[in-house]
Amino acid sequence: MTAPLSVGAVVLITVATAVIGMRGMRVARTPADFMVAARQVPPLLNASAISGEYLSAASFLGIAGLAMLDGLGALWYAVGYAAGYLVLLATVAAPLRRFGAYTIPDFAEGRLASPRLRRWATVMVLVICGFYLIPQFNGAGITLQATLGGPYWVGVVVLGVVVTAGIASGGMKGITVVQAFLYWIKVTAIAVPAIVLVLAVAHPPLGSVDGPAPASFAHTTVVRFPDTTRVDVARPVTVVASGTVDGGRANGALTLHPGNHTVAAGTSLRFPAGSAAPAVSSATGSGSSWSSPLLRLDGGRGHPLAATYGVLLATVFGAMGLPHILVRFYTNRDGQAARRTTAFVLLLVSTFYLFPAVFAVLGRMEAPALYLTGQTDSVVLALPRIMVAGLGGELLAALVAAGAFAAFLSTSSGLLIAMAGALSHDIMGRGVRAFRLSALVLGMLVTVAGLLVASVPINVLVGWAFAVAASSFCPLLLLGIWWPRLTRVGAMWGLALGGGASSLAVVASLAGFGSSGWPALLLGEPAIWTVPVAFAAMVVGSLLTPGAVPANLTDLLVTMHLPERLRRGTAGGAVQRG
Amino acid sequence: MTELLWLAVAGVVVLLGVVLGFVVRGERRLGTPAQRAGYATLRTANLLAPALRSGLNGASSGKATAHLQSLLGTPGVVLADLAGVIATDGVDEAHQALLEDPVARAVGTGEPQVLAAADLACARGATCTLQAAVVVPLAVDGTVVGALVAAGPSAPAGLLRLASEVAQFITTQLELAELDRSRRRAAQAELRFLRAQISPHFIYNAITAIESFVRTDPDRARELLVQFADFTRYSFRGRDQFVTVAEELRLVDTYLELERARFGDRLAVTLRVAPEVLSVRVPSLILQPLVENAVRHGLEPSGRTGHLSIAAHDAGNDAVITVEDDGAGADPERVRRVLSGREDGDAVGLHNVDERLRTVFGEEFGLVVETGIAAGTKVTVRIPKFQVAVSAS
Repeated sequence: MTAPLSVGAVVLITVATAVIGMRGMRVARTPADFMVAARQVPPLLNASAISGEYLSAASFLGIAGLAMLDGLGALWYAVGYAAGYLVLLATVAAPLRRFGAYTIPDFAEGRLASPRLRRWATVMVLVICGFYLIPQFNGAGITLQATLGGPYWVGVVVLGVVVTAGIASGGMKGITVVQAFLYWIKVTAIAVPAIVLVLAVAHPPLGSVDGPAPASFAHTTVVRFPDTTRVDVARPVTVVASGTVDGGRANGALTLHPGNHTVAAGTSLRFPAGSAAPAVSSATGSGSSWSSPLLRLDGGRGHPLAATYGVLLATVFGAMGLPHILVRFYTNRDGQAARRTTAFVLLLVSTFYLFPAVFAVLGRMEAPALYLTGQTDSVVLALPRIMVAGLGGELLAALVAAGAFAAFLSTSSGLLIAMAGALSHDIMGRGVRAFRLSALVLGMLVTVAGLLVASVPINVLVGWAFAVAASSFCPLLLLGIWWPRLTRVGAMWGLALGGGASSLAVVASLAGFGSSGWPALLLGEPAIWTVPVAFAAMVVGSLLTPGAVPANLTDLLVTMHLPERLRRGTAGGAVQRG
Repeated sequence: MTELLWLAVAGVVVLLGVVLGFVVRGERRLGTPAQRAGYATLRTANLLAPALRSGLNGASSGKATAHLQSLLGTPGVVLADLAGVIATDGVDEAHQALLEDPVARAVGTGEPQVLAAADLACARGATCTLQAAVVVPLAVDGTVVGALVAAGPSAPAGLLRLASEVAQFITTQLELAELDRSRRRAAQAELRFLRAQISPHFIYNAITAIESFVRTDPDRARELLVQFADFTRYSFRGRDQFVTVAEELRLVDTYLELERARFGDRLAVTLRVAPEVLSVRVPSLILQPLVENAVRHGLEPSGRTGHLSIAAHDAGNDAVITVEDDGAGADPERVRRVLSGREDGDAVGLHNVDERLRTVFGEEFGLVVETGIAAGTKVTVRIPKFQVAVSAS
C-alpha cells in the first residue's frame, strides 16, 4: 500500500512552500519597482492567505468523515465555519483593523488598559491554539496511516518534527504568499477529485442516499481490522475470513449470523458484493437518521436540535476568536480593506466547503469498509483509490494527500507561531531565543497530546477549540468593540468563567464523562451554555465596576469606528492612532 | 446519568467561587494590625495616585474624592482649584456655599483654615454631621493651585495634621503630573526639531542638482522640483506622529530620486520588503534619516559606485528594518559616541532616530549599528507591531 506518488506530492508541496517562502519578499532594483514593492497586499491575496490558514485538517478530512459517520447533520460544522466570517465581517473586521491590534492580548491591553488582562488573554490564546493544534496532528497521523499504511504515531511525530523544527529554526514563516498558495492547493486537491469521482459514479447513476437501507458493499471488499472490534450483523452474510472471529481461529468461508460478533485485531474479512455492511458499536452509518438535517453525534442519542445549536454557536462565534486568524487582518491597509478581505474569505471558504459533502455521500455509498474499521476520517484520502482504478486513482490520491498535508502544514505553522509568539512575548521574555524555545517546548507538548487522541473525530476536537474561542474571545471582542461600558474586571470575569467552563467541559468530555443524554450534550457541546455565561459575566462584571472604564474611552471608540478617510478632518492629535 | 449533570453544575459553582475569591482577595485579613493599617493606607494612596496623575481637573478629581474620604476618615471631602470647587463627596450644596469663603482665604493666604460649628451653621443645626472642617492649601512648586477640605463632626488637631500630610501627597502627585506633561512636550519638541532639521546640506544639494538640469533637461528638472515639493511637504507636515512603513518608504523613494539626480549611475538601490510589514506603524521620519546617513556618510565619501540595500521583514511580534550600504563605513567607537549623544557631528540624524525609538518603544528597541572602517554600514531597526504607547497617541 506504499504510494510513491503520494509521498512525491507531499515532498513537492513542502519544497514549493519553502521556495515561495524565500521569495516572499518583493525585490525592487529600479525606481519604477520601488512603488510596486511598497504596495500593500491586495484584499484577494490576503483573503486567500486567511482561508489557507483557516482550512485545517478538520475542514479537509474531518467534515467529510464526520458526515459519513454521523449523517448529513455534521455538515452544520461547514455551515458554521463559513458563517463565522459573516459575523466577523459585520462586527469585528474593520474596527479591529483600525484599532491596530496585532493579537488578541494586544487588543485586550489596548482597549481596557490592563496588563493583567493581557496575561489572562495570553493564557486563553495558548488554550485555544492547543485545542486546535492537537487535531491537526491527529489528522496527520490518520493521513499517513491511510496513504502509507504505517502506524498512527508516525504521522503525528513527522508533522510535529517538521513544523516545530521549521519554526524553531526560523525557516518556516507564516508569510502571506505561502498561506495563499496553500489555500489554492487545498481547493484544487479537494475539488478536482470530488468532480472526477462524481463523474465516475454518474454511470450508473448515483442511487438514493437517504433510503432506510443500510450501507452495503458495492464490490467484493476486504476489510482489515487494526483493532479488536465488535460488529453487529443484521442479515446473515458469508465472508472469507482470515484471523480470529468470536474467539476462534477462522480461515476460509465463514457465515456471520445476525447478532454481535467480535473480530480480533489483525483479522481480515472479505465481504461479497451487495452484502450489507455490519454496524460497528455506535458507528452505524445506516438507517434513515443519516439523512436527518440535525447533528446526531454518536448515532443520534441525546438531543440533536440542541447539539446543532451548540455547534452553530461555537463555530459562528468562534471564528473571530482564533488567534492565528486575527494576525492576518493587520496586513490590510485600512478598515475598508479588512472588510473587503473578509468578504473574499467568505467566498473562498464557502467554495471549499461545497466539496466535503460530496466525499461524505460517496464514501457512504462506495467505502462502507471504513465504518467497520472506524476510519471514516480518512474517507477523503481513501475514496479516490477505491473508486478509480489504476494510475488515475493513484494520481487523485496523491493530489488529495498533498492537499491534506497542505492543510496540516498551513494551520499548524500558523497556530504554533501564534502560540510561541504569545508565550515568548508575554511570559518567557522577548527575543528570538525565547520565541524559538517556546516553539520547541510547545511543539513537543502538542505532539505528545496528539498521540493521545487517536480515536476522537478530528472535527469534534476542532469544534471544541471553536467553542472555547466563542466563550472567551468572542465576547471580549464584540463587547470591547461595541459596548463602551465594558471594564477590565468584567472582561476578566468573562474570560475566566466562559473560557474556564468551556475548557473544563472539553477536558471532562475527553476524559469520558457524560456518555449520553444532557450531560453528554452540555459537556460535548459546551458553547450552548458557556457563550451566554461568558457574555453575562462580562456585562455583570462591567456594570458592577463602572469606575474601571478606561480614561481614554472616547479616543479608543473613535479610533475603532471612525472610517480612515474621515479621520484627517477631525481635530486634535489624539484621534491619530499610531 | 443525572449525577454527571450535578457534577457539571458543581464544577461551575466551584469556578464561580474561585473567580469571586479573586475579586474579594483584597479584603482578606493578613498580617499584624500594624501591617494591615500600613497596607490599607498605602493601598488607598496607590489607588488615589492615578486619579491625580492627569492634573487637577473635574474628571480625575471626581475619582479621587472617594479615596480621599477613606484616607482622611471624614464624611465630607472637597477639592478646589483656583476657580472654585471642582469635586465633592458627602458635602451638600448648602455647605459648599459656606465653604467658598474659607477656601478662597486658604488659596489666597496659603495658610490652612480651621472651621468650627459657628462657621458651618446650617438649617439642620446640631444634627448635622458636618460641624467642623479643615481647609488645607495645595501648593505645587511654591505656588498655590487649589485646596483640600476635610469636613466632619469635629476638627481635632489630629485631623489638621493628617489633612496637611494628605495635601502634601496630593501636591507630589500633581508635580508628577506636571513632570509627565513636560516630558511629553519635550518629546514633541524633539520631533519638531528633527523635522525642522532636514539637513541644509540636502536642500542645497537638491537645489543645485535641479538647477543643473534646468537648461539641459527642463522636463527632468520640473519632475525633480515636484519631488522636492512632495518631500518637503511630508517632512514639514504637522500632526501625524505615526505613519506606516509604506509611507516612510515612499518618502525614501522621493529622497532617493533627488539624490539620483546628483549621483547618476553611481547609486544602486535594492529594496526587499515583506508585504506584511507595510502596515506597521512607526514614528514618522525614522527611515529617511537612516538612508540619508548611508548616502552621505557611507556612499558619498567612498567616491565609487555604491550599493544601498533597504530590507524590511516580519519577525513574529516585531518588524525588522535594515538599511545597509557598502560605502566608507565608520569607526565603531565614533558611532558609539554619536549614539550616546556625546558627539554631535553631522550624524545627528542617527542619534535622533535612536532616541525617539527608545522613547516611544522602550530601551530595548534602540538602533543596532554594525560597521567598520571601509567595511560598509548596516543599521537595524526593530519595531513592535503593536504598542500601547503608540496606540494611545
